Amino acid sequence: MTGVGPARLRLQVEYEGATRASGPLLVVEGVEGVGWDDLARIRLGSGEIRRGLVLEVHRDVAVVEVLEGTAGIDPGDLAVRFEGRPLEIPVGEGWMGRVWDGMGAPLDGGPPMLGSDRRPVAGAVLNPGVRDVPTEPILTGISVIDALTTLVRGQKLPLFSSAGLPHLELAAQIAAQAHVGGESFKVVVVAIGVTRTDADRLLDILEARRAGSDLAVFLDTADDPVVQRILAPRVGLTVAEHLAFELGHHVLVVMADMTSYCEAVREVSAARGEIPGRRAYPGYLYSDLASIYERCGRVRGAPGSLTQVPVLTMPAGDITHPVPDLTGYITEGQILLSADLHGQGCYPPIDVLGSLSRLMRKGVGEGRTRGDHLDIASQLVASLSRAGDVRDLSELIGTGALTDTDRRYLTFADEFAALLLTQQPDESRSIEETLDRAWTLASVLPPGELTSVSARELAEHYGGDGRAEEPADDG
Amino acid sequence: MGLNGSAAAGTAAAARGGTGVVVRVNGPLVEVEGLAGQAVADLLAIGDGRLEAEVVGIEAGLLTAQAYETTSGLRVGEPVVGLGRPLSAALGPGLLGGIFDGLLRPLSGRPAWLAPGSWTEAGTPRRWGFEPSAAVGAEMTAGSVLGIVGRDAAVVHRVLVPPGVSGRLESISPAADLDGASTVAVVAGRRIYLDELWPVRRARPASARRPPTTPLVTGQRVVDLLFPVVKGGTAAVPGGFGTGKTVLLQQIVKWCEADVIVFVGCGERGNELADALHDLAALEDPRTGRGLLERTVVIANTSNMPVMAREASIYSGMAVAEYYRDMGYDVVLLADSTSRWAEAMREFSSRRGDLPAEEGYPANLSSALAAFYERAGQVETLGGTVGSVTAIGAVSPPSGDMTEPVTAHTERFVRCLWSLDRDLAYARHYPAVTWRRSFSRDGDAVEAWHASAGRSQWARSRARALGLLGDADRLAPMAELVGLAGLPAGERMVLLGGRLLREAVLQQSALSENDATCAPAKQTALLDAVLAVYDRCVTLVEAGVPPGLVEEVDLSGLVRVRDEVGPGDAAGVDRRRDQVLGALDGLSPAGPAGGGR
Repeated sequence: MTGVGPARLRLQVEYEGATRASGPLLVVEGVEGVGWDDLARIRLGSGEIRRGLVLEVHRDVAVVEVLEGTAGIDPGDLAVRFEGRPLEIPVGEGWMGRVWDGMGAPLDGGPPMLGSDRRPVAGAVLNPGVRDVPTEPILTGISVIDALTTLVRGQKLPLFSSAGLPHLELAAQIAAQAHVGGESFKVVVVAIGVTRTDADRLLDILEARRAGSDLAVFLDTADDPVVQRILAPRVGLTVAEHLAFELGHHVLVVMADMTSYCEAVREVSAARGEIPGRRAYPGYLYSDLASIYERCGRVRGAPGSLTQVPVLTMPAGDITHPVPDLTGYITEGQILLSADLHGQGCYPPIDVLGSLSRLMRKGVGEGRTRGDHLDIASQLVASLSRAGDVRDLSELIGTGALTDTDRRYLTFADEFAALLLTQQPDESRSIEETLDRAWTLASVLPPGELTSVSARELAEHYGGDGRAEEPADDG
Repeated sequence: MGLNGSAAAGTAAAARGGTGVVVRVNGPLVEVEGLAGQAVADLLAIGDGRLEAEVVGIEAGLLTAQAYETTSGLRVGEPVVGLGRPLSAALGPGLLGGIFDGLLRPLSGRPAWLAPGSWTEAGTPRRWGFEPSAAVGAEMTAGSVLGIVGRDAAVVHRVLVPPGVSGRLESISPAADLDGASTVAVVAGRRIYLDELWPVRRARPASARRPPTTPLVTGQRVVDLLFPVVKGGTAAVPGGFGTGKTVLLQQIVKWCEADVIVFVGCGERGNELADALHDLAALEDPRTGRGLLERTVVIANTSNMPVMAREASIYSGMAVAEYYRDMGYDVVLLADSTSRWAEAMREFSSRRGDLPAEEGYPANLSSALAAFYERAGQVETLGGTVGSVTAIGAVSPPSGDMTEPVTAHTERFVRCLWSLDRDLAYARHYPAVTWRRSFSRDGDAVEAWHASAGRSQWARSRARALGLLGDADRLAPMAELVGLAGLPAGERMVLLGGRLLREAVLQQSALSENDATCAPAKQTALLDAVLAVYDRCVTLVEAGVPPGLVEEVDLSGLVRVRDEVGPGDAAGVDRRRDQVLGALDGLSPAGPAGGGR
């Protein structure tokens, strides 16, 4: 950094040297007119350019979080320039069909995303008064999700998982298969802090959709700098918001793993010396997560929608851990994966009774999926709950002591796994097939047990009009 | 609505205090130097974008302020002026049916994407048909009625002489269309505008507090029968996520017998709010036949909106509630969720570097909570009528931990606690209000009210129900251990009675047309029906009928009746009770006994 000195570049001063570099943070003194949340451009002695965001300004001192991390930074040998604007990215369809890193730099050897139409990655707040009620489904082709925890356009419905479960595969399957009938549909996948192996697997599964230019992938891998993890979901959502609310597409954003995101937030918070809250996460984690999760929905009178499927791993499988807990307070339900089901070889290992889609009630039915959908769905959930009770009872007193009806419930539980739950990772079922399977399953129980469905639905569907290809069916 | 009345005052004060500069920005925390004449709780306009911020501390000429907009891009050195007033809301006609942000600025008519500083007054202000009812020359006191707006509205708006003003009515506007900034009257030399600017953190005065005596009928059986709240009372609803907190609160918004509802969506979901607004617009108030939205004021600070406006939203809501109380209405304020409000306080105090108390919350958490709930109450208004504010706050305990500070403090300050239970919710028992961890300290007042209406049974039935539920809970683990058959007949009937209470009385379907709300007569009919059936079952087993036979009688008719007869159809419940009792009598060793009672 010899002989450069503070140079005025279009009224922007370049400040030489920083007083402190530690973890993701850089402290620059002697600054003037620096705005909070401004983008900083940091030129290292080697000529390398890094970027940073202003976390705090206090008189002539600016605290900057360096997006690329401070590794390799000599605070005495750098120059910082503040751009007077927040971090922005270009928006447009050019993102689609490509693979990018968490900051939006190309990873696929293609050209960088350019464009003069830029948006701040922090996003703006959607006026709650113009939000429209989400009422149309997104179909994933995964029976148990489509039938029992239907994803609705504009919803945020997370996958709650545990270490070792196939949540990434399931998330990728959703991203690869989801559709909204014939309407225009785009998918943005943001991988946050995933391993290289997982990233490769993800790209494999998404290959076909990516080739069709309906999908953009943002990959932040575990060895990327921690600040990038904080920005990656915001970059993906900024791209998605433009596609949804300005270009009118239905957009699905899949983000995995939000636990890695929260850990990054905690790391930056700790570096700043903030007072730690639960499990040392900062007290503002709720607001911070909300600033991501609330970036979804529908706008009255506008055609597009933005739907989120965040994925998180519950540390030690603990659903009361702050990350799933705060997420659950913000999102509209959850899809819970179960280690037990995974252990039994079930895919997808979804714990139906622990899962819920809060917006499903208005998102299914006649003209959306099928008229009988809501009733048969609540019937299956109620019956599964009862089957669980019967199983507990049978473990206590033995199956021999059960009534006939109770034994039918045990059969029902087994058939549930076979007919509806279990599915191939690359198998996509139509909603018709899914609901027909649901009725075939319900028909395991005597009609008198099916109290959640109407007599008309019972007459129309009971007995399995399904296409469940069970050859023994004619016996 | 508008801040018109204040604009002139603000400019004057700004001139007084001069201009300061920003010296520090850390998220919503802004420090300002060189601005004199400001007091704690005064509003500032910060920076070139004139972001609103409130002074929260002053030390040696350095002002600490909390900004109500995002401070992104705010630079050290930008100018700051005082607005010459504390954080205030413009109270006037046009609140009902509207949706507002945490500072009570209207959200309708704003752009879809809320950029900071986009709050400047836009368009022509709405006008309201004012009809005077006071005569020039009359002696007025604070709270005297000057006139009304909206004779045919669901809630007639009374224009009152504001607190602190009294004397001779010198002039009054004739019947005319006025906007918020118009002068309605002049009292003792003071101009009174249609919109009243009120500092929201200050409780609006009343003549006297009155002991609450009337229950607030919510239409939700578990609340009204077991843990009733009175008009002017307070209640908290703690519940982890997925326990149905929002649904329960929305049911109360829809069905409770209040004149005016103020719903503060404080740090909650945007989609949910859209859904609630949509439902309210579609539903009809069974009492007035008008749309439910017409009696509702919605304050929306969704979880992604500026954090400090969330802190203010609770007070804005309370000021609105008190404003309608002063007109003589029974108002219900629902805040969902007070935990997000507390977290906003925590976030800010942490940025200030305050010494943290429990779990990082500021030490004034409990006094702030207490002061908030203390603003509820039934009062004799300044104008001599009676009005009430009932405050109901949702609490979102992290990890469902009921010992966390917000829950633990709140339950000390409220009269009613409706605890939501994850196990009940998991078993799809909604509303998941648990009888184990809930309470109402207003049971006596409600009992007296029922007794004076000729329902002296009410208190006894309530006590029996609570007793039976408790006994059933105590016996359930034993039954699991030794099996039902291992229990004595009487205890098996207790378990049966507990199950009937849960399924036929306490569970209530928010989606069912017949069951979404329930009138008091049907509520007591259901409770008494279950108790009568239980009593009959006990009589039968005492007479030697094997308990297994009693348990096998199909009682599903009793369970389903809540959903099968109309929300006020007590007679329908009685008929069903008699049918079920008749079926039970078939088991009697003496043959069918006489009568259904």
